[in-house]
Amino acid sequence: MGRVLVQVMPKPEILDPQGKAVSAALPRLGLEGFTDVRQGKRFELVVEGPVTPAVLAQARRAAEQLLANPVIEDVVSVADADAAVS
Amino acid sequence: MKIGVVTFPGTLDDRDAARAVVRGGGEAVALWHADADLRGVDAVVLPGGFSYGDYLRAGAIASIAPVMGPVVEAARGGMPVLGICNGFQVLCEAGLLPGALVRNDVRTFVCRDQRLRVEDASTAWTSAFETGQEIVVPLKNGEGGYNADERTLDELEGEGRVVFRYLGGNPNGSQRDIAGVRDASGRVVGLMPHPEHATEPGYGPTEHGGGASGDGTDGLGFFTSVLTALASA
Repeated sequence: MGRVLVQVMPKPEILDPQGKAVSAALPRLGLEGFTDVRQGKRFELVVEGPVTPAVLAQARRAAEQLLANPVIEDVVSVADADAAVS
Repeated sequence: MKIGVVTFPGTLDDRDAARAVVRGGGEAVALWHADADLRGVDAVVLPGGFSYGDYLRAGAIASIAPVMGPVVEAARGGMPVLGICNGFQVLCEAGLLPGALVRNDVRTFVCRDQRLRVEDASTAWTSAFETGQEIVVPLKNGEGGYNADERTLDELEGEGRVVFRYLGGNPNGSQRDIAGVRDASGRVVGLMPHPEHATEPGYGPTEHGGGASGDGTDGLGFFTSVLTALASA
């Protein structure tokens, strides 16, 4: 069983109210020093067999066509999960 | 004239939209997200709500629901389509309208009677108004911030495709106070505020004097306009 990790972030120029809310909450826990927080998404796409180049290509298509909206988001990475941790 | 009103799982305002269609003088036809055809309707309304629970992004899953295939095809062929709130988000996700809606900059859900300026009364859904007219309809959203890149915004403004602008304060951080836009043909229109909630005296906006109508029915013009557009087609 293989896993592909896809990471999506709001584009730098797009306001990220969720990140702002998190950023404003951190000091309440005494966690000072973080000047900004931006919140994105991580997807795990599971396949039966190994993560082949063809699987990665499919995952890239999934990322660009559905997982991210190119108007407001960037696909930051599409990678084999096991390769990513090793 | 038959106006289809699409219900996705999680749609909330389909009944109000259907009622608005009837109050405007049309026949409302219920369409289901899994439908493969449009049951012979002459126009389509994508109502508000939280289709598919707003999972992934508001409107993202709905934009590729089975019924959207024929809706997109019909829209490209000139059928009038109105997207309200979540319906606007669906139209943007489907690529029928430019831009995207993101979380309100104020970080809260905003619900209020909203003043709008009609910037373009030439569309299939706004001919009952005058360009520059001020109307009041309810606004209720958490992800209503209209965003597009500068080039797209300039293009929209240059081509006169901004149909509505917020007045009396921008409620959600929408760029250039944009509340609604149209496609190049003027037959596909999307907006965040809710005209379908302002079609019946006693049930619409009460603030700002009840709007131009004086009785909270400023939204009715959307649903009479489309019948005019269809009659003259």
